[in-house]
Amino acid sequence: MLQVENLTKTYPSEDGVQTVLGGVSLSLDAGESLALTGESGSGKSTLLTLVAGLDHPDGGTIRFQNHDLTHLDDAARADLRRGQIGVIFQQFNLIPSLDVAANIAFHARLSGQADADWCETLAERLGLAGHLTRYPEQLSGGQQQRVAIARTLAARPKLVLADEPTGNLDEDSSDIVLDLLIEGVRETGAALLMVTHSLRQAEKLDRRLHLSHGRISP
Amino acid sequence: MRRAAFNALISHWRKHPVQLVSLLLGLALATALWSGVQAINAEARASYDRAAGILGQDELQRLEPRAGTIPLADYIKIRRAGWLASPVMDGAINLNEAQARLIGIDPLTTPPQSSPVDLSGDGDLQAFVMDGLLFAHPETAAQIPDTLPLVRATDTLTPGIIITDLSTASELLGTDNFARLILAPEQPINLPPLSEVAPNLLLVAPEEGNDIARLTDSFHLNLTAFGLLSFGVGLFIVHAAIGLAFEQRRPLFRTLRALGLRKSTLLGLLASELFALALIAGTLGVALGYLVAAALLPDVAATLRGLYGAQVSGALTLDPAWWLSGLAIALLGTAVAGAQSLWRTAQLPILAPAQPRAWAIASLKSLKRQAVAGVGLIAVAALLAAHGSGLTIGFVLLGCLLVGAALTLPLFLHFSLNLASRFSRTALSDWTLADTRQQVPGLSLALMALLLAMAANIGVGTMVSSFRVTFTGWLDQRLAAQLYVTARDQAEAEALAQQLDGAVDAILPIRYIEAQIEGAPGQVYGIIDDITYRENWPLLAAAPDVWDRLAAGDGALINEQLSLRESLTPGDTVRLGPVQFTVLGVYSDYGNPRGEAILSLDQLRAQGAQIEGLNFALRLPETRVGEVTELLTNAGLPARNIRDQAAIKAFSLDVFERTFTVTGALNVLTLGVATLALLTSLLTLSTMRLPQLAPVWAMGLTREKLARLELLRAVILAALTALVALPVGLALAWVLLAIVNVEAFGWRLPMALFPGDWIGLFVAALIAAALSAAWPAHRLATRPAADLIKVFAHER
Amino acid sequence: MSVRFLALLIWLWASGLSAQGFAGLGTDAEGFAIPERGTELTFPDDHGAHPEYRIEWWYLTAVLQGEDGRDYGVQWTLFRSAIEPEAGSGWDTPQLWMGHAGITTPELHFVAERLARGGVGQAGVIADPFEAWIDDWSMTSTATSGDQLDALTITARGMEAAYTLDLTATGPLVFQGDRGYSVKSASGQASYYYSQPFFEVSGALTLPDGPVKVTGKAWLDREWSSQPLAEDQTGWDWFSLHFDNGAKLMGFGLRSETGVFTSATYISADGTPTPYGDGALTLTPLTLTEVAGRQIPTEWRVELPAQGIDVTTKPVNPQSWMDTLFPYWEGPLGFSGSHTGVGYLEMTGYE
Repeated sequence: MLQVENLTKTYPSEDGVQTVLGGVSLSLDAGESLALTGESGSGKSTLLTLVAGLDHPDGGTIRFQNHDLTHLDDAARADLRRGQIGVIFQQFNLIPSLDVAANIAFHARLSGQADADWCETLAERLGLAGHLTRYPEQLSGGQQQRVAIARTLAARPKLVLADEPTGNLDEDSSDIVLDLLIEGVRETGAALLMVTHSLRQAEKLDRRLHLSHGRISP
Repeated sequence: MRRAAFNALISHWRKHPVQLVSLLLGLALATALWSGVQAINAEARASYDRAAGILGQDELQRLEPRAGTIPLADYIKIRRAGWLASPVMDGAINLNEAQARLIGIDPLTTPPQSSPVDLSGDGDLQAFVMDGLLFAHPETAAQIPDTLPLVRATDTLTPGIIITDLSTASELLGTDNFARLILAPEQPINLPPLSEVAPNLLLVAPEEGNDIARLTDSFHLNLTAFGLLSFGVGLFIVHAAIGLAFEQRRPLFRTLRALGLRKSTLLGLLASELFALALIAGTLGVALGYLVAAALLPDVAATLRGLYGAQVSGALTLDPAWWLSGLAIALLGTAVAGAQSLWRTAQLPILAPAQPRAWAIASLKSLKRQAVAGVGLIAVAALLAAHGSGLTIGFVLLGCLLVGAALTLPLFLHFSLNLASRFSRTALSDWTLADTRQQVPGLSLALMALLLAMAANIGVGTMVSSFRVTFTGWLDQRLAAQLYVTARDQAEAEALAQQLDGAVDAILPIRYIEAQIEGAPGQVYGIIDDITYRENWPLLAAAPDVWDRLAAGDGALINEQLSLRESLTPGDTVRLGPVQFTVLGVYSDYGNPRGEAILSLDQLRAQGAQIEGLNFALRLPETRVGEVTELLTNAGLPARNIRDQAAIKAFSLDVFERTFTVTGALNVLTLGVATLALLTSLLTLSTMRLPQLAPVWAMGLTREKLARLELLRAVILAALTALVALPVGLALAWVLLAIVNVEAFGWRLPMALFPGDWIGLFVAALIAAALSAAWPAHRLATRPAADLIKVFAHER
Repeated sequence: MSVRFLALLIWLWASGLSAQGFAGLGTDAEGFAIPERGTELTFPDDHGAHPEYRIEWWYLTAVLQGEDGRDYGVQWTLFRSAIEPEAGSGWDTPQLWMGHAGITTPELHFVAERLARGGVGQAGVIADPFEAWIDDWSMTSTATSGDQLDALTITARGMEAAYTLDLTATGPLVFQGDRGYSVKSASGQASYYYSQPFFEVSGALTLPDGPVKVTGKAWLDREWSSQPLAEDQTGWDWFSLHFDNGAKLMGFGLRSETGVFTSATYISADGTPTPYGDGALTLTPLTLTEVAGRQIPTEWRVELPAQGIDVTTKPVNPQSWMDTLFPYWEGPLGFSGSHTGVGYLEMTGYE
């Protein structure tokens, strides 16, 4: 369902043009989970944002369910993201002005797939039932990431993209949150592409790719 | 260390030029409006002082007639009794397309303190006494016709005043009588008492501040209040900009402190930074203020002339004190606006976590505290309205009302948006409303400014429109005759009256005496019994059979000003000159700052004072106006002595319109400043709002769509603010009409409502909000994706 | 002989500090009448004003002794100055009036000054019945027979002091110069000038400490002209002396850059005048006193050898400074030497 071929991305920097991705290819099937590992600055986060359609690559193609993302305009990519892709970042995923319940339901309502029972189930399963009327700033980091996971799963996306979703958490809560994420993704039948620097975490997923200096390394 | 720290601190402004500009612009505009108004007031006051200096009224006692004028024989009698008194003639003369006040003095007896002109030059005294030399302000000198060739222009005189010798004045005014006698401050010993020497004259003490200053005080207080309002609105911007700049530099403060910079040094550096900024903005503001004043002064001068007869030069002179006070107010404003930020910085522990969003997010609790304070102020305003009196109280009331309303605004917005979100059905509208609500604290200062500006607009607009409606109707009543004719002397007046007899439906002589009315100078008119008065005269209150009783000499009509000032109603008695009369009725008399009364013409003649006035009102069918005008012209009357109703109405309305040009202009400026406040607040917020927007963007909303929502949010807030502004504005209008105007001008006006105007203003506010949000929204729509992605990666 | 005031007064009108000396006076008379030798003065008409002449005054000085035994002096002067040589009427009258009054005590000197324009009744002079007035100050004839000036009442009032005096003449009017034609310079400037030096006075002064009854002698000068001084004449010392034997002496010196022009009239006790031309009288300043910031000779030696007169004068109050619009020194004096008596001294032009 996701084919990335020969993807390149450069950023202008003070030392001239810096190549972040130098021709990366990968593919992901429905329901499959893939971990992207690599050093800081290896380009793994950039790869994720390109797949999410948040930014444009300089070269290569990204095919997602027969759409060529590189040929879609901003609005079409936004539609795709709204309807079929869920993104979870390391932090600040939540909308500060909405309470937990509204945050969980938000993405689903945006894509027109609101299902109150499903949201409730997710909240319960992620241990958020007691916090539904609280606001993000009143939650701990772990709780915030659980809300982000619940929000993503509530919208039943075909593809979940996660960028170090537990990077800001301590090891224990990290494992709990990650397990919840993986379990949820499996249950909804979505594919998962997760960026992490932790090999231990990467091993929990079906496959692993290592990125080094913008390229897939064996 | 100090220099390095300072460089680090000010590098902030290089990175945030918009903040710098909004800070400087806000302060400069605030200073400009304030000092502009001050410059206008100062110029006007200087003019009054000049006028007072001419008459010697501010220092010296004078003798005034109880009614009429002072005959020469009475003056000589006073001199020969030993009293050192100097005579003054005072009357109006026609110039080229203007009128001036001609003051005749006797240079030989004028006490040196009150000498208005310098006659020490070669031949001056002889030219003054023998050759008819006139002294006038350059503006007035230019209007003096060539038939009076010997004119000297001097800046020390008030425009519209001509000073000359008694001999010249006597000739030009056609009188040997005096308006008043100025008493020398030191008198010889063993004089007979004035009550024996001059039983017909009143000894008038020098007044605290002269007459015109007293009359125009209210007008200047009005201007000052508006200047203060504008200044306050400008300070909102300054406060916002300083607050943000401090908040954003908190990590820097922390770092500098950690590097060993003392707290006091840091505060000193920040204070001197503010001081420097205030100086720059203040200088800019004072320069702008000069432009504002120069642009508005001609209208102010026209207003003061039309309304009070006060002559104010249309040209602005610069006073160093004024420049300094403008700078001082800029510094003071900066101090007020920056005090909170400095104090907070002083409280900052070295290792406090950075809390950049603290500036934008205030707790509901603090909104409630503000609202309670606001409600308290509104309650004070209500108490003052019910029990207070006096002009100053009126303005305090206005201040309480406006500030109180402004303080309750954020909570009102909060609850309104809460309420609206209950009816929201989609995620997007939920989020839009919730996010708008979250913006309220950050925008509250700007929105308060907008509220004040709009309320002032509605209030003053309602007052002016009410005034216009009432005034126009009143003019129709008061100017019921078709033609108004001025004869040039008594003989001509009589000849004209004979000639017109039969040619018109009615000849209504307009005659009056100058008299002390309840202890203040004013005019008493005498009218004949005519249906014109019975049908048209705008009576506000009347005893039964008022016109019959007036015709029978049973009492007097008084104007509203006198009625309000002395608390007189029909049935009371009023003192006109030396005599008491029963009040038969009260009539409205807009545009006249003085007390006035009407007697029957016979009764007026019986007062024995010299009767003034060579005017007639002529009642005739509209169709015959041309014919009668021709008849008068053929009789030799100059065209300017014949004025038809329409011309007088046009003139009166023009005076009226000009009166409010200034307030109108200040209104527009204030609204402009408020829009600017909104713009700068939105701009500064826009960078801080990325964390709010980025998650939504990541979930599939384009930047364009988000930008449109940003625009919508500003419009929603402006609309809600406008909803509050309407009742506040109407309350303001009520206070202006029912309290301030009564105190300031002496008349009360019925309040008329103009919903059409409100809709216009509402739309204007929405447009202003959309305009101020347009730029920040555009920046958001075209923002690189990387900026938004960074939100998720960086510590904020 | 307060020529200097009038000089300054006319300077006020015609303005010309640019001209020499007594500015404005030195120029021509611009249509004003000029005194002519041989004109006979007639009374009471000539007691009144002569508006066709530029300047004129009614000038009375009284040397008095109070019932408290102290010396006093009183001055009452009315000046007339014409802008144009016509009487006029109403406000257009081109005639200006100025009054000066002075009261001198051994310690104090009170001054008052009044200004008025003619034509409206504030100031003026009527010949018959005689009255000269400005505001409440007046010099009014109380004579029931004989000349209008044989008996007068004068009154004046200032900020601190006032006086009212009754005057009775014990001798005739006296013509100065050539039957009233008085030459004022070597180049021939002249005025009409007559006096009544024989007044006996009784009356009262009102002083800050209270009223004082006084008696004494008074001298009235009447003078009018249009061009009384030469261009280079800068000042004036004028004496009126009452000798104990009943005779009188009027003498003056007009100072100029080239010297002093003197003139004198000796009047015998019966009123017979003997005029003396330039040089007969010698005036020598003896003592300089600082008055109002300038050095003024307050004691003089007065010599008229033709009458055997050689006296030294001493002022009652050396600080008799008239601090008026145009200030000068004027006050009572006593003298001794060949003769004794009392008198009045006026000094102008000391800068």
